[in-house]
Amino acid sequence: MSNITQQLNFNKMDEFILFFRHEDGKKIASPEQMQIWMKQTMDWIGGIAAQNKFVGGNGLSFDDARIVKHNSVVTNGPFGEIKETIGGYIIVKAESADEAAEFAKGCPVLQGDGNSVEVRKLANGDGVH
Amino acid sequence: MQNQELIDHLFRTEFRKITAVICKLLGIEHIEIAEDIAGETFLSALETWPYKGLPPNPTAWLYAVAKNKAKNHITRKFLFADKVIPEITSSLFKEYEFDVEIDLSDKNIADSQLQMLFAICNPVISIEAQTGLALRILCGFGIDEIANAFLSNKETINKRLFRAKEKLRIEKVKIEFLPQAEISIRIDAVLTTLYLLFNEGYYSESQDAILRKDLCLEAMRLIYMLVENEQTNLPVVNSLLALMCFHASRFEARKNDKGEMILYDDQDETLWDQALIAKGAYYLNQASEGDAIPKYHIEASIAWWHTHKADTPEKWENILHLFNRLLAIDYSPIAALNRTYAVSKVRGNEAAIVEAEKLNLTDNHFYFTLLGELYKEIDIPTAKQHFTQAFLLARTSADKLLIQQKINKLIKLLQLRKKRVLYLQLRADL
Repeated sequence: MSNITQQLNFNKMDEFILFFRHEDGKKIASPEQMQIWMKQTMDWIGGIAAQNKFVGGNGLSFDDARIVKHNSVVTNGPFGEIKETIGGYIIVKAESADEAAEFAKGCPVLQGDGNSVEVRKLANGDGVH
Repeated sequence: MQNQELIDHLFRTEFRKITAVICKLLGIEHIEIAEDIAGETFLSALETWPYKGLPPNPTAWLYAVAKNKAKNHITRKFLFADKVIPEITSSLFKEYEFDVEIDLSDKNIADSQLQMLFAICNPVISIEAQTGLALRILCGFGIDEIANAFLSNKETINKRLFRAKEKLRIEKVKIEFLPQAEISIRIDAVLTTLYLLFNEGYYSESQDAILRKDLCLEAMRLIYMLVENEQTNLPVVNSLLALMCFHASRFEARKNDKGEMILYDDQDETLWDQALIAKGAYYLNQASEGDAIPKYHIEASIAWWHTHKADTPEKWENILHLFNRLLAIDYSPIAALNRTYAVSKVRGNEAAIVEAEKLNLTDNHFYFTLLGELYKEIDIPTAKQHFTQAFLLARTSADKLLIQQKINKLIKLLQLRKKRVLYLQLRADL
């Protein structure tokens, strides 16, 4: 019985995307530092996945990026006039934005001063969007 | 070897070969006839050998008899067809009769078995039916052995296999070599079935230890068949074979004389089969030469680390990392619990308890066993509570016994502690 209730609650869950916002994408980390972050990120994701609440995600390369603007103006990279940029994202299952925000608190990106994680609900088929 | 023993042995090795070759020849819709012909062949051996003595080459004798029986069957069919529907098909059948060649060469046996494997491990039938049919047709298991392995009864298994064969017939499943592109797609279903077959043996509750081991060895033999064939020798196949080698290497160490489970930490590692571990490492290496589907590869890598008994920080860091990766692509409660155990090894029990309490696997006795283990050194009464909950949820007597032993240990510890407290109080009173 409890199993069925759990299952039902599970199906009711929403999906949230967690954007990793870097205050300054131009900062360059050492390979050793990168390695540590990678591991920490995998461990953070592992903890979410162990609750069966990880949907997917990816890191975004800072190289080889373009910004396409109104009137098809294309510039190199996300780092023009604004320094802040998105370094990656994951998608999680959660019952509320608060639960998703709890997951976000463990994100290693937040170790960087000024960095943040933006939590947004995915609008798939909720009948509103 | 005595006659009976020899026949039993040959049954195990030859029944499946004869069945596969004849079934390949006649088509999947005649799978039962193929089984019957193979069965009757052994019946003939049982009737003949005790009286006339062993033939010089028993296997060749069996093949010759099987060939005759198959030819007779086809001829009978031809006669029937000739009388009932003469005009339409007789010419066709005549040609068939004269051309029929029952090829029991090693090559054709291997090819037929491989094609049968893909025909049987087909998602059109249930996974239980796939494993059951694989055991019957590809491993030559008797119905009662299959029933024993699945903790079921003969009638259920017979029904299940019958329905499965019907379904294969209706779906017109072909016994053929698949094009390479299709192999890459269908291989998943084949490996899932073989993985299940292996686990059925490895974790089976069946009391029959030999049977359990046989299941594992058969699963490995079938995977080995895939490795031997150039077309099916894919990285993912090597990964799964590696995984099985590592697990199977602990066969002798994981049960005591009474058939009770011995947990990993308590195992005598001198009983681990080093030759199998080396084989596993070889296939794991082979698997790295390509872009394998990571799931089996990650599992095999975890299993490789477990072939090193010593607890080093490196070992558990790696295992934790691998479980993180595994869970990100393929969640399972057991992987979630194992990851949490790895967390305790890397970051300590308190950190692991925080992680464990988020897992919400409250209908799983392993969950409470893990919590009991994590609390054992921190808070004995809480640990005991968790073990008791695990005991209530455990379904098999083997699991209950293991948990009871853990509870007893804690009770002893609690008693000792009480005594010590009493003793200290007495001294204080004096």
